[in-house]
Amino acid sequence: MIVYQYIAEALFYAFVALTFMGGFMAIRSRLLMHSVLGLAVSLFGVAGLYFYLGSPFLTMMQILIYVGAVCIIIVLGVMLGNTPGQLAAKKMTRKNLPIALLACTTGFIALFVATINRTDFIPATERIGDMSIRFVGENLLLQYCLAFELISVILLTAIIGSIILARGGREEKTS
Amino acid sequence: MMISTNLNTYLIIAAVLLVIGLYGMLQHRSLIGMLISSEFILNGAALNFMAFNRFVAPNPAVGQIYALFIMGIAAAEAAIAVSIIIAVYRKYQSEDPEAIQDMKM
Repeated sequence: MIVYQYIAEALFYAFVALTFMGGFMAIRSRLLMHSVLGLAVSLFGVAGLYFYLGSPFLTMMQILIYVGAVCIIIVLGVMLGNTPGQLAAKKMTRKNLPIALLACTTGFIALFVATINRTDFIPATERIGDMSIRFVGENLLLQYCLAFELISVILLTAIIGSIILARGGREEKTS
Repeated sequence: MMISTNLNTYLIIAAVLLVIGLYGMLQHRSLIGMLISSEFILNGAALNFMAFNRFVAPNPAVGQIYALFIMGIAAAEAAIAVSIIIAVYRKYQSEDPEAIQDMKM
């Protein structure tokens, strides 16, 4: 039995490694297409972490929505917006690099030292329900019904807005 | 002690995701690269919600619902952002954020 625990632990490390390596690839590669690939790999790793957090449903949704939909949209944006000669992302200017590194390291250290390391997060004394899809669905349709409806309105607005935005550009070019 | 059943592990991973997104946002020279980086920041936030949901929260459905909403918002945001980037590219023939200085299309 203990063997399976070690295997699960090793898989956890693998998912963390996927997340970090994908992120590194996304921010450091020169080709935009490789950045999108790194994003997909990293999101897949985060989906695995959701599984370890006890929610197979969110794992599925993460793969379906993020890896499946958002990455495809971004790939479309890369292919439509760039002529092949411009696919290589420009190297960043030298003056930006130290500022970016400094901001990120100080932000991470501040988060790590001040918040994560020093705070005791006390678990709730009693928990209601469980992590199952059934309980999520009941909450989504009873207690959080307004947010559920709002998100569908937001998605509809986004669809209409993106169609209008993309069309407007085309008409301007032909005139 | 198993590292995968510890709250701090997930918080640190989420912080690293946030930092990756921040760094990418500052150093990328194209609008699409900045969009990709923003996805990392959103994912770090969602992972934080899920971690607190698993280890701390009294109602274990709230964090999952919040993470679902973050995914929906991210999908809408990606669609809008890509169409804006396409419109900007048609207008300016450039993806450099610094080429877009005026608001008039």
